[in-house]
Amino acid sequence: MRILLVGNPNVGKSVLFNRLTGANVLTSNYAGTTVEYAKGRMRVNGEPAELIDAPGTYSLNPTSDAEEVATRMIDDGDVLVAVMDATNLERSLNLGLQVLARRKPTVLALNLWDETGHTGIEIDVRKLEEILGVPCVPTTAISGEGVKTLAEKIGSAKVSGLQFDEKDRWSEVGAIVESVQKVTRKHPTFFERLGDLSVQPVSGILIALVVLTAMFFVIREVGEWIVGLGETYVFDEGFWGAWMGRLSDALGGTGFVHDLLIGRLVDGEIDFGESFGVLTTGLAVPIGAVLPYVFAFYLVLSFLEDSGYLPRLAVLVDTLMHKIGLHGMSIVPMLLGIGCNVPGALATRIMESKRQRFMSAVLMAISIPCMAQTAMVVGLVGEHGPPAYTIIFGTLFLSMVILGLIMNRFMKGESPSLLIDIPPYRIPYIRGLLQKLAMRMKWFLKEAVPWVLFGVLLMNLLYTLGLIQFIGNWTEPVVKGILGLPRDAVGALIIGFLRKDVAVGMLKPLELSFNQIVVASVVLTMYFPCVATFTVMLKEFGIVAMLKATAIMVVTTLVFGGLLNLVLGLAH
Amino acid sequence: MDATMTLVDLPSRSTAHVVEIQGGLGLTQRLGAMGIVIGKKLEKSSAIPMRGPVTVRVGNATVSIGYQAASRIIVAAEGADP
Repeated sequence: MRILLVGNPNVGKSVLFNRLTGANVLTSNYAGTTVEYAKGRMRVNGEPAELIDAPGTYSLNPTSDAEEVATRMIDDGDVLVAVMDATNLERSLNLGLQVLARRKPTVLALNLWDETGHTGIEIDVRKLEEILGVPCVPTTAISGEGVKTLAEKIGSAKVSGLQFDEKDRWSEVGAIVESVQKVTRKHPTFFERLGDLSVQPVSGILIALVVLTAMFFVIREVGEWIVGLGETYVFDEGFWGAWMGRLSDALGGTGFVHDLLIGRLVDGEIDFGESFGVLTTGLAVPIGAVLPYVFAFYLVLSFLEDSGYLPRLAVLVDTLMHKIGLHGMSIVPMLLGIGCNVPGALATRIMESKRQRFMSAVLMAISIPCMAQTAMVVGLVGEHGPPAYTIIFGTLFLSMVILGLIMNRFMKGESPSLLIDIPPYRIPYIRGLLQKLAMRMKWFLKEAVPWVLFGVLLMNLLYTLGLIQFIGNWTEPVVKGILGLPRDAVGALIIGFLRKDVAVGMLKPLELSFNQIVVASVVLTMYFPCVATFTVMLKEFGIVAMLKATAIMVVTTLVFGGLLNLVLGLAH
Repeated sequence: MDATMTLVDLPSRSTAHVVEIQGGLGLTQRLGAMGIVIGKKLEKSSAIPMRGPVTVRVGNATVSIGYQAASRIIVAAEGADP
């Protein structure tokens, strides 16, 4: 038996899914977190059944890809669970009636039931059941209330006998809501006031500045703190450092195997940043240097996601994003991309048109450095601090604006207006938030660490075989002539196709000047996404679009890298 | 008869009902799915200047509508809220 969860975006389908199956899928407080569907197993009347969490949709006349997926999936379901937002019955039932019209066995879940109380809404569930002719179950997925009853009722799902003319759907919905719902207007709560204030022009911008500044400081403090812990207890002065010291001695401190595993010693000691052995730098980069910042970033982002702030931020940046052919909601893939470009590229699916999706993915791949790269750049820049960051991130921001303006001018296709639901602020559900964080960490470790190890290994092989020197000679006119980087930096550019963090790490022993550090950091962000991101983009947009994207990337890199080198050269 | 205007021109904190949506089927459907249909009463809560989105309250929901779309929604004002 195949059971399908359908409903508007952001009504808690995924939380319900997690409750019913015991699985973990990502949830947030904004529309469109589930752009891919999730599958899980549950039991109905003792029989095994498959439960599918479809992407949220406002109607069965889909307006975006995620919605189209949901619509198509309904045809394959044996039983439908229509998940309603009990605090927004009208909009929910508009979809609900379309679902019932499919004449499949259906159960209605009235989710977010706990919120009806303090918003002054009363729903007569018995009466609703009578009208619709299907079981209706109040649920609060987050606390688990009603979920057991829902699971039982799935076994007795019914085909609705409700008759209505599709043309009059809205008036039918209106009539039903009128007869089953009673609303007592209450004074707005603190959260409701804050919610309104954060989409108003002046207060909204102030709140955004506070939120983004706080975000920045929390990420930096938490990240630095964990990096410090890693250095003390694991790597440099920790147990792993001690073991590697012994292994290095046992291997005689030199030789091919030693260099591969431990790397080259710096002043007779292992340097976890620069030695570049698989077991030293290969582990210290992803786990010691990058993971702490990825963790700190997703901790803060998950909090923002679950609170419901992101759609409000989307409203504030909408005007700016329209100038570059996108709309406010593209802030979501951009923000996710700051953590890792892969989920960023996937999140472009929440944009309605193909043009917007392609443009936001390309702009993100070119102009948004992922946290792995940023963490390493922080280490590379070292004492140059703020002036270097200002130039690096300023240039990247500028490249996004200019490239966006150009693409918007010359790319064919439509860019529809923003049209989004602004959910109420909610206090993040801590267990869900921690689960989400854990999933993202696991995903990062699984995806990143193998590539980092492979990158370090490949770099050692390329050096040993003399290939880096060979390619270095060959590409010198571009690397040195246009970008002003030393010939050896080409090694970093090659490894940068695999992983940006390893690439930045390779720049450290080169003792670059201030200008070179800045140019190299910008170039490494822009010239090509890492292989994982590229693969995802290839799947999303196809080979032709990616050839176009690659051309845009190469040209943008040479123009911005070259100009930056020129301008910095004049300034010093 | 109340005066009609676009949603963009409707002053903030006033209520109105939708009289016309001057857009193709696509826009009408997208708005309809969010509960914005002809005859529907809504309250404009705020708008971002410089052609930014308009935020309205429809029933129990809050929806933000991009400037382009908002300028195609014709509403009849029902007088400002105190």
